[in-house]
Order: sequence, then C-alpha cells, then structure tokens
Amino acid sequence: MTIAEGPILTAADLVGGGTAGDDPDERGRFGVFGGRFVPEALIPALDEVAKVYAEAKEDPAFIAEFEHLLRTYAGRPTAVTEVRRFGEVAGGARVLLKREDLTHTGAHKINNVLGQALLTKRLGKTRVIAETGAGQHGVATATACALLGLECVIYMGEVDCERQALNVARMKLLGARVVPVANGSRTLKDAINEAFRDWVTNVGNTHYLFGTVAGPHPFPEIVRDFARIIGVEARRQVLELTGSLPDAVCAAVGGGSNAIGAFHAFLGDEGVALHGYEAAGRGVQSGEHACTLTEGSIGVLHGSRTYVLQDDEGQTIDSHSISAGLDYPGVGPEHAWLKDSGRATYHGITDDEAMEAFSILARTEGIIPAIESAHALAGAIKLGRELGPEATILVNLSGRGDKDMGTAMKYFNL
Amino acid sequence: MTTLQTVFEKARADRRAALVGYLPAGFPTKDGAVAAATAMVEAGCDVIEIGLPYSDPLMDGPTIQDAVHRALLNGTRIADVMRTVEGVAKTGAAVLVMTYWNPIDRYGAERFARELADVGGSGTITPDLTPEEAGPWLEVSAVTGIDTVFLVAPSSPEERIKAVADCCTGFVYAASLMGVTGARESVSSAAEGLVQRTRSQTRLPVCVGLGVGNGAQAAEVAGYADGVIVGSAFIRRLLDAPDEAAGLDSVRRLAAELAEGVRGVRA
Repeated sequence: MTIAEGPILTAADLVGGGTAGDDPDERGRFGVFGGRFVPEALIPALDEVAKVYAEAKEDPAFIAEFEHLLRTYAGRPTAVTEVRRFGEVAGGARVLLKREDLTHTGAHKINNVLGQALLTKRLGKTRVIAETGAGQHGVATATACALLGLECVIYMGEVDCERQALNVARMKLLGARVVPVANGSRTLKDAINEAFRDWVTNVGNTHYLFGTVAGPHPFPEIVRDFARIIGVEARRQVLELTGSLPDAVCAAVGGGSNAIGAFHAFLGDEGVALHGYEAAGRGVQSGEHACTLTEGSIGVLHGSRTYVLQDDEGQTIDSHSISAGLDYPGVGPEHAWLKDSGRATYHGITDDEAMEAFSILARTEGIIPAIESAHALAGAIKLGRELGPEATILVNLSGRGDKDMGTAMKYFNL
Repeated sequence: MTTLQTVFEKARADRRAALVGYLPAGFPTKDGAVAAATAMVEAGCDVIEIGLPYSDPLMDGPTIQDAVHRALLNGTRIADVMRTVEGVAKTGAAVLVMTYWNPIDRYGAERFARELADVGGSGTITPDLTPEEAGPWLEVSAVTGIDTVFLVAPSSPEERIKAVADCCTGFVYAASLMGVTGARESVSSAAEGLVQRTRSQTRLPVCVGLGVGNGAQAAEVAGYADGVIVGSAFIRRLLDAPDEAAGLDSVRRLAAELAEGVRGVRA
C-alpha cells in the first residue's frame, strides 16, 4: 500500500476557480436545470447569501480563514491511498481512494459546512438550521456551530433518527437541537421541507446551511465550490503518484455534493471519465430505489429544476436505499446538466452490490467505508472489470462506516 | 365563469373587502370538498381557492399539511381538482386553483390552463413560482384567459414587489407575515405596511393571507386590504368536527362570521 501525502494547497483552489462555462447563469441555471422555485419571501435571503458569498470568495481574509480551518481542524489535505488488494477484485485495475473518511467527523461534509459556517458569520446571522439524512451533514453542521459559537437546529426525518441513532446522540452532544420530522415519508426530503418552513419564519437571524448541491440558487454553486477541494487535491495527488491523470473518477450520488466535489476539478480533462453511482436499492424493477438521474424525469423539487422521482402528476415518489445518505428523490441540478451534456455518466448500484463492496474493502484493505461510498466502490469494481489492469480509477471514499455498523450488523448477521 | 375583476368591482361597490376561502380538493373527501366550499360560498365567500394536494408543501403549516396528506391518501388527482373547481364554480363564486409549480409543470402548462378554463376556473395562485421562472405560465394563462396570482412578502423590497405585481392579474396576494400558512393569535403588523407598499406599485386589488382566522381579524384586515384570505381556520373546523354534517355547519358559521367581518369596517 502506498500513501501519497497531498501537496499544500493555494488559497485560490478552495472556492472555485475558473473552469470556464460551468458556473450557473445569473438566474442560477445550469442549462435548463437549477433556478429558484421558492416562496417569494425567501428571495431576498437567497439574494443576500449570493451577494455575501460573491464578496467572500474574493476576500483573501475569508479564504485564509477557510483554508486554516480545513487544514488545522478538518485535517486536510486528505490522503490518496492506492488499494492493490481491492484492485485485484476490480479486474486488476489500479484503484486509488480519495480518503475523505479521514476528515474530522468522518465524511466530506465537513468541507462545505466549515465554509458555510464562516459565511453565516459574515452574513451577521447567529442561528443555523440544517437538514440531515444519514446524520453526517447534521453532525458536521453541529460541529462547525460548536466551533464558531452558533445556535444550531437540525431537522431529521423520524425514520432516519431511528436508523442513525448514534448520529442523533452525537449532534446532541455537540449542542445542537435535533427536531424529528414526522410528516410525509419521514426521511430527508421531509426534513428539507421542514427546514425551509423554519427558514421562511426565522430568516432574519437564521442561515439555512444547505447540505448538498441541490436546492435553489445559489446553494448548488456554493456547496459545490466548498466541496471542490476534494477533486483539486486528488487531481494533484494522482498526478504525483502515477504521473498521469486517472482514466475515471467514481463517486456516489445522492444529492450529489461529494460527487460534484470529486468531479469538478476534472471537468476540463476530456480523457477522464466521470461516473456517478446512485442507489438502486432493492433494484429499479422493484420501484424501491433512489435512481433519480437514471430512472427519474425532469421536474421541480426543493426549489430547483432537476431530475426527480415523481409520478405522472408531479407527486414526489418516495425513494429507498439501505444508505440514508443516498435516500433522496431529487439530485443537484449540475448533475442533471452533466448527465444531459454527456460529460458524466450515471449508474445504479443495488443495496446488495453496495454491501458486497462494503465488505470487500473492509477485508482487503482494512477500511470500513460509509455505505454511501460503498456504492462508488461497487461501481469501481464493475468498471475495473470492464477496463482491465491498465486502467487507473480514482474513487471518492466520501465517508467512513462507523455510523453504519448497526445496518451492517443486521445485514451480515454479525 | 365569474372573473376576479367582477368580484372586486362588486365588493368595492358594496364598500367592503372580498372574502377568499381556501380548501384543498379531496378534503375531507372528494365530494366533501365541493360541499364544504359550496357552504363557504353560500355563507359569504366571494372567491374560493381550491388547493391542489402536493406531496411536498413546503410553505404550508401543520393544518394544511394534514388536510393535503389526507386528500392524497383519498387518491385525489388533478382530474378531481378540476371536478372540484367545476362543482364550486356553479355557485357563482370565482374559483382559483392554488398549487405548487411542479404538478402544473409535469401535467403540462398548456393542458392544465386549458382544462382549468374549460371547467370554469378563474385562475391560479402559484406560491413557489417567482417572476424569473413565470414566463411560460404567464403566456399560456394569457392565451387561455385565466388570471395569474403571485405572492409578495414582508421581506420583499420595492423592486421585487413591482416584478411580482407585474406578473399578476386579478389581484396580488400579500403574505401577512414571514412564515407558513396557519391561523395565528393576531394578524401580523407587517401586513398593513406591505399592502401600502404593494399599492404603490400596482392598481390591482391587494388581498392579505396567512394568519387570518376569525371575524375580528377579518374586519381588521378589511380596513386596509381589498380582500381577506382564510384557509387553515376552515380546515381546522372540518378536522375538529365529529362528522361531516357538523363540519359543514361549522364551516358555514365561520364563513358567515368572516363575511360580517369584511363588511364591518367599511359599511
């Protein structure tokens, strides 16, 4: 096993950076996707966030503070690990893992959260609300709020509170108030609805710290920018380690933040294929899945035009995944755009395929991944078998599996 | 079809505000919604908003969420919404459909507008459609001859109020407070200022909704607005009633109380 230490980053890498043609237009549109479909009451708040963010990303002091937190608090840069024994399972391909599981709080979510918590301060707001599915975004948000002295309220579906009880306890310990959401399907989408209701009521002192690259403009752009550090680091690390760019980048897609974070720095590299893996749950034929991009249709959900799981009259269809973090019937508009432009390709991975990859990585490399990330690993196994031993595949290991041990114990009868 | 213009002209001639009542299609049942809305008109509502039940009503409070959830469990579809509009329009009231944007988008904007006009609907209220995204809907609505109502909020600066009002026909919906739908103890003090700011941008009537639930509040709002919008309070009456007959009776009494309220100040 070889470990590549990441090089030290320049401040300009952190929040975007000039990959031409991939920023949304002034209405927040990526092609036909994105935009703002929210109550008028929220438009001034969204305008304010957009304006303050535009100023912040040009401000060296803001960038320096963000970089300092990423380095000294989140533990960046994270390593890229070459996994040879896992690669043997993946058709002998050279597989490299971007180790977001090694960040503080155990998942890539910390990157976006630290950026937006600093933005909250800059907005002059004292209270933060957030939605969470698996609990990772909630834990990360509670962490950043504790660090920066912000009041924190987390909305979480009742179903998710049950399957991620450990994360609920972590959030409480970090000083957050966790509000279980009992309406609708009682999962992530309903937590988002409830967070929007809170926001429209308390927008004067509250920032909605959105956890993924979905939602109304400017959230898809801001969250992407704060997550793109993943790909920026990884691209340099892979070059240093192998002397060339990878043939493919693989990432799991729920709302899509870790995948955009991994993909973004590679968008201009035509030779690098980008593969996103959605949760196919019990199989797309069963109807119990979260394959928004591969099985959904174009619609509006949570303030953005994108691919949505919906019926013929626009009612949202409940999604299913063994992984709470992928269990979402919408997806970020930039992914919708990357799909339609053909720049990225999206595939479904079933619960069983993900759990097999979960187990394989644990046994071959001593790394227990988050079940979300296991979808990307399962995808890499398939892709490696297709491409063969000459291929180099970068996989975004978006989080660690500690939070998933309850699910794993049940699934594997441990 | 009774147009909104006719409604507000008549109310103005009577020197009173118009009364607008909201009820989702399919609640408490598909037929029950028509019966309840008819009772509301008979007791004094000038305009009825028929809610299109949607799975993700992110600007609604617990009362409307509950009603909409029940309507979806009843199997309420867009065809039922149209049937409800048709039934209520027979009373002579102006009937609007209040809906989040995605159901129209998915159904097909042109098809939706045409069907709504065909059943005697007067227009739509679209609370999550902003001026930036409203273009296609304004076009088909204009062609079909249905009114388009959008919302302004206390947080709206003058240029947003103007942009929203420019998209409206019929009236402008002023959200009285920063928050979700639901009856409140008192009507927000922000409402009157918002109505005045809106009036300075448009000659259309301005109606106030969110948080209005009794006759006294209706009278207060009627003192400065052209219309008073009440939703959750009607639903609450239906939810709390022991049976459908009692619910209808209760809704009728509330509508009568509100109708007195909107006549109280200017009479």
